[in-house]
Amino acid sequence: MTAPRLLHPGAWWLWAVALAACALRTTNPVLLCLLIAVAGWVVVSRRTDVPWSRSFASFLRLGLIVIVVRLVFQILFGVRIPGTTLFSIPEVTLPSWAAGVSVGGPVTLESLMAALYQGLRLAAVLACFGAATSLCSPYRMLRALPTALYEAGVAVTVAFTFAPQAIVASRQVREARRLRGRSDHGVRAWTASALPVLEGALDRAVALAASMDSRGYGRRGGASVSLRRRSVGLVLLGLVALAIGSYGLLDPGAPAVFRLPALAVGVIALVGSLLAGGRSIERTRYRPDPWVKPEWIVSLAGMVALASFVLAGKMGDTLNPSTNPLEIPAVPIVAVVGLLVATLPAWFAPTPPTLATVSTSVAVAA
Amino acid sequence: MIRFEHVTITYPEANAPTLVDVSFEVPEGELCLVVGVTGSGKSTLLRAVNGLVPRFSGGVLAGSVVIDGKSTADLPPRDLADVVGVVGQDPAAGFVTDYVEDELAYAMENLGVAPEIMRRRVEDILDLLGLHEIRHRPLASLSGGQQQRVAIGSVLTAGPRVLVLDEPTSALDPAAAEEVLAALTRLVHDLGITVLIAEHRLERVVQYADRIVMVPGDGRPVIVGTPAEVFGQSSVAPPVVELGRLAGWSPLPLSVRDARRLAGPLRERLAEVELSAFRRTPRVVGDVVAITDGLQASYGPVTALRGIELQFRAGEVVALMGRNGAGKSTLLNHLVGLREPASGTVRIMGAEPHRLSAHEVVRVAGLVPQDSGVLLYHDTVAAECSASDRDAGLVAGTTRSVLDQIVPDIKATAHPRDLSEGQRLGLALSIVLASEPPLLLLDEPTRGLDYGAKQRLVELLSRLAGEGHAVVIATHDVEVVAAVADRCVVLAEGEVVSDGPARDVVIHSPVFAPQVAKVLAPLPLLTVHEVELALAAVGDLPFS
Repeated sequence: MTAPRLLHPGAWWLWAVALAACALRTTNPVLLCLLIAVAGWVVVSRRTDVPWSRSFASFLRLGLIVIVVRLVFQILFGVRIPGTTLFSIPEVTLPSWAAGVSVGGPVTLESLMAALYQGLRLAAVLACFGAATSLCSPYRMLRALPTALYEAGVAVTVAFTFAPQAIVASRQVREARRLRGRSDHGVRAWTASALPVLEGALDRAVALAASMDSRGYGRRGGASVSLRRRSVGLVLLGLVALAIGSYGLLDPGAPAVFRLPALAVGVIALVGSLLAGGRSIERTRYRPDPWVKPEWIVSLAGMVALASFVLAGKMGDTLNPSTNPLEIPAVPIVAVVGLLVATLPAWFAPTPPTLATVSTSVAVAA
Repeated sequence: MIRFEHVTITYPEANAPTLVDVSFEVPEGELCLVVGVTGSGKSTLLRAVNGLVPRFSGGVLAGSVVIDGKSTADLPPRDLADVVGVVGQDPAAGFVTDYVEDELAYAMENLGVAPEIMRRRVEDILDLLGLHEIRHRPLASLSGGQQQRVAIGSVLTAGPRVLVLDEPTSALDPAAAEEVLAALTRLVHDLGITVLIAEHRLERVVQYADRIVMVPGDGRPVIVGTPAEVFGQSSVAPPVVELGRLAGWSPLPLSVRDARRLAGPLRERLAEVELSAFRRTPRVVGDVVAITDGLQASYGPVTALRGIELQFRAGEVVALMGRNGAGKSTLLNHLVGLREPASGTVRIMGAEPHRLSAHEVVRVAGLVPQDSGVLLYHDTVAAECSASDRDAGLVAGTTRSVLDQIVPDIKATAHPRDLSEGQRLGLALSIVLASEPPLLLLDEPTRGLDYGAKQRLVELLSRLAGEGHAVVIATHDVEVVAAVADRCVVLAEGEVVSDGPARDVVIHSPVFAPQVAKVLAPLPLLTVHEVELALAAVGDLPFS
């Protein structure tokens, strides 16, 4: 196929966001597991050599924790769905001001399954985010952001790089723990390393922001203050409208005005800000990422998957299988086909350059 | 070009200002060196040049910093990017892309440089800093020296008038350091760029400096002047200056070349005596503690170690030297079991370290990593010490007593982050040493240490070797090797290229020879201390 190159970051993010949107539309465990598998398969086929590319596994682990926490919360505080009682835990009578909150009581299979499905859905969304960071470094995404966002430079940088930096920091902390003679396993190891990992990640993110700033990230250039304010205002408006619009699309119960109209307003505002920002901030690209056939295939593959989920919902397929009464989830064929289309990037995205293809020297540092 | 006027900087929650009433000026086209003991505020001063302090650090800056007629109070760092380029202490922390070429182009993209000009400048910088072979490589796969050069290149492409570098050669091997410094002097001489450098390894940079800003710390005023003026009154000085003081040369020599021209009489005088008596005698070594047999390691497709056969014995200090990326850190990581050998074996006291649990490993081998701070993550020194006792299953108080021997007078309530570099290294060392591993490994322990702290480290390592530890230090610091190592192993491209008594290895190498050896060649003396002993023994210090 084509020579090794990196895919446009926007294409990967569109694909991943589309998959995440699919995940948010369903609680069907079969579909969710398939979705995670699809994301994993593409990651394994097309990830790069940079440190972030190992972050997918960490996001999967995080997803597992989310599921466990969700189940524990359900057992302790969850709403008591009647059904097959598995076991009971002692009920605590709360004072009257805490009415509506229940602690303890019978734990039913139905309630646990409902919690499991919801946890799984979150885990799938996390997996999509992990896939995006593994496939496309947050740095590249940062550079592709609209220029008007630069005003919020530090905040944006920290927001985008915190999670990946935390993964790098956690590796460092794990090695340090071993050097100090501490075990890597168990809950205590986890809780004891949480704080240093977070601290380390924040330090790194701020150092990064300082470095970007001192190299001219977000320069004012020749723009007047009023022009700048206008473009920043447009970006904010655009982003808020986009957020509302996407929420509306995801939540079938939202009012119609929060769907396509909100999205349209967002897109128009963003395009306007790009035009205004493009005039105000002089910026060039060294080697612009092209947007050609592979980019179209990857982003469309994600869109097809999303469309298949929407279609499956319209056709009355059970995207949200019932847990009360509990039934074996049916498998909506349309959605499955859509997810299979989403694996296409594993073959049609260009292979990224690897150390083996670019390295002429034999030695690397530890 | 750079003007500091009555600058006082106070960090939040600090009791006293870090810098007090600093005023100096650096004219265009000068190379100005900032020196001072560890923790005296050099980095703060450098980061104030483009306004990163106080904009990113918090705190208060009184007075004014003016760069090329622009005040940092009016403009944020990003709007000074075309005037000032800043390279921080840890180049990897400042990388904002994943690949070498992208990193070089980044600042130009922000400045809106036209694509054709960008291409040409990237090529120029690739050649200037010798980076063309690694231009497509991911930054994370580069060695420390390569990363440092990329970091310098990435600010140079923006074409700044002022270049600020915080310890640019501390992570580099001697040859790479000279390459970087040569590139910098070329920028100063040919392009008239003003360069401000902070550096502890004065022996590397002093000869290139036009001006020195000495930051004494403790709120005392800075001393500004030519190198000869400043070293006349400073306690911090490179070996060649120390030798000049001992021999009473005037003017004080700053480079090996200057010193050699003055050293004729001293060499003649020393040639009259039998010098072997004044040289540090090699230590008596004991049993083999660690052994590697055909050790191979690789990262993906890249081979990092190829068939390493080494033995380390109790009571010896071994210096591991070699180019950046030669495999030193990789070897240390294998010795402490952080990595599993691709083939071959590592055995410490008969056990394979990577198969041992974390608990068992610390009893046979301890590693102090390059950035010793990563070992510390409690909020007080006392908590670090008691956690270390608990981890290794020691009697409470063991780590603290080791610490008191290494660096006494550290407050138990101090936060490890507030300690000086040397104190922090001491704390990390005592945590590693508390369980008394027979094999002690240190990765670049002298990075960021001033001469005083280095001297204390040398004394400590000698004592540990005397107590029967096998000590292995991976280092580029030839002066420390000269002062403490018995044996020197040189690695290149993952292979052992020489292994022998440290004195023989360093004295015959044009790259690794310490300054005193270069000045006095062919006389086999390595340190100022040895010269002092020899002169004292012949009954006089004739030149002082």
